[in-house]
Amino acid sequence: MVQDTRIHSPSAVNTLYRSGGLRRIALLVALAIILIAAVIWAACTGTVEVSVHDTYLVCAHAVLDPLYTALPGLAAMVPVTLPPPSDPQATLIVTGFRLPRILLAVLTGISLAVAGSVMQGLLRNPLVSPFTLGLSSAASFGAAVAIVIGPAVLGTMAPGMGNDAFIILMAFLFGWLSMFLVYMIARSRGMSQSMLILAGVVIGYIFQAGVMGMNYISSSDRLRDIVVWLMGGMWGASWNAVFILTPVCLGCFIILELMAWDLNALSSGDDVAQSIGINVERLRLKGLMVATFASSCCLAFTGIIGFIGLMAPHICRMLIGNDHRYLIPCSALLGASILLISDTVARTILSPVEIPVGIIMYLIGGCFFLFLILRGRGRGLY
Amino acid sequence: MELVLDTITTAYGNTVAVEDVSFTVLPGQVVALIGPNGSGKSTLIKTIATILKPLRGSITIDGLDIARMHPIDLASRIGYVPQQYTYTLYSTVMETVLLGRRPYIKWSVSDEELSRVQRALEAVDMAGSAGRFMDQLSGGERQKVFIARALAQEPALYLFDEPTSALDIRHQLGVMETLRILGTSRGATVIVALHDLNLAYRYADRVVIMDQGRLVAAGKPQDVLTPDCIRSVYGVETVFVTNEHGEFILPVRG
Repeated sequence: MVQDTRIHSPSAVNTLYRSGGLRRIALLVALAIILIAAVIWAACTGTVEVSVHDTYLVCAHAVLDPLYTALPGLAAMVPVTLPPPSDPQATLIVTGFRLPRILLAVLTGISLAVAGSVMQGLLRNPLVSPFTLGLSSAASFGAAVAIVIGPAVLGTMAPGMGNDAFIILMAFLFGWLSMFLVYMIARSRGMSQSMLILAGVVIGYIFQAGVMGMNYISSSDRLRDIVVWLMGGMWGASWNAVFILTPVCLGCFIILELMAWDLNALSSGDDVAQSIGINVERLRLKGLMVATFASSCCLAFTGIIGFIGLMAPHICRMLIGNDHRYLIPCSALLGASILLISDTVARTILSPVEIPVGIIMYLIGGCFFLFLILRGRGRGLY
Repeated sequence: MELVLDTITTAYGNTVAVEDVSFTVLPGQVVALIGPNGSGKSTLIKTIATILKPLRGSITIDGLDIARMHPIDLASRIGYVPQQYTYTLYSTVMETVLLGRRPYIKWSVSDEELSRVQRALEAVDMAGSAGRFMDQLSGGERQKVFIARALAQEPALYLFDEPTSALDIRHQLGVMETLRILGTSRGATVIVALHDLNLAYRYADRVVIMDQGRLVAAGKPQDVLTPDCIRSVYGVETVFVTNEHGEFILPVRG
């Protein structure tokens, strides 16, 4: 065969792989720094400005005070005396309002972006996201049903349950139901990926019809509630939401990250993946269910947050390549950063009026995506 | 590795694609699987690769039933290159070939794994393209990358489904030389589905001819690739031309 005259030293592949790995880790570190900076900025910024020092003191007190109360010996061993924040309102503003909202944005960004990158990898389709598989329409329908019939149903069946909790539950259940239906339809037709996507789109339209029907029959008050939920946002932030979502998000992230090599193998096609020892159907079922679980849990608290699940993985693929060991954490960091920065801009740009996060997110993410496309692929980091 | 197929029957739903096929392949042999379109070559290869489950019959490698083997164990023994290849955007040549080492990689990639990737790429003359993206390659180059992925897997049994279909004449010969070396130097067993009768005649130790899902003939190329057999399977008249380079099959009338 013809001899290639370009790279031919025995360690060429080794050098290429190792240098690419270092650049990828550097990118992940840079994204982590951006996210931390965004968290600090979001905690300090708002209708009432809080200094970075006060924010630090509030956070330190929030961590250390309960620790010292629970473990009196620790205070004696490691005595740390911190002054109270200079602004007496700072504690309430930071821990009561901003931190839960920041953490909800971070957790939602992580969940949706990771779910999107995994779903795209599982189905080898760049248009797949939690939304193109019908999940968002189904969750919307569940929420709309809860908003319209919730008060009547809860009044008779579960008087102790708040209407917000019912909305969250219904959005979550219908999100899962959609994925189950999509999967069963695709499975009955040989589990081809095109059938899976088609089934997702069709199920999405059916639930969309249900949402439109609910809009049509609901009273003006309820209609406003539905529209607000559909717009999505971090209005529903609370420490309860953070405590529920943190283990869900962390657990799902770890499970999906451990599937990284199998997802890489799937990029060569189902047959090849199977021939190198992967149970493709089991991988796809497990991956889709975990990704659906993570995203529907977040959607239940935030309403519809589009774009992140589709665009964050794309942007990350351009930056860091197709290796899911790096792609999944990269999507998580970028998704969290984009959503948090967008939410902070959305609540401060016309302060005290808050605008929907989608407006800012589509602008920031869309412009960044266009920049990467126009910049060209030859200057990728891998 | 000795491969034994015993009365294998495989179907897609109610349509039987391979019926009662039995043959044995000895270690180090290169076996060409030939036959017209739809004769069941790809189905048989997928069945051996355990991608399709046979309705009846059994396949054993070195006496072990492949249906009872663990997928990872199987992956270290059988390498498969499909007829239609798939890749995703932003995948590089190196990453694609590295997937061949998947059965041996837990998480991080050792220098040893990377040197195997290097050797596999060198074997198909693609070492210089390790950093290129898959969608920047020509169809022939991509095919060579997928062959390199199977080489990196280093199994004892290679299954190639029409590996020369996208290649020009020079690269067809190059790939067939590589498969030949796998058999002679490494002692690997190679089954390759081919349409080119001359390649089968020149490079295979044995030829298995299939038609309408059934095995028509199996044996040495000189014994089974006869004008009568080709006429009955393909409906084509051929003559055998001999010169200083050997014997060649020339189709003369359809």
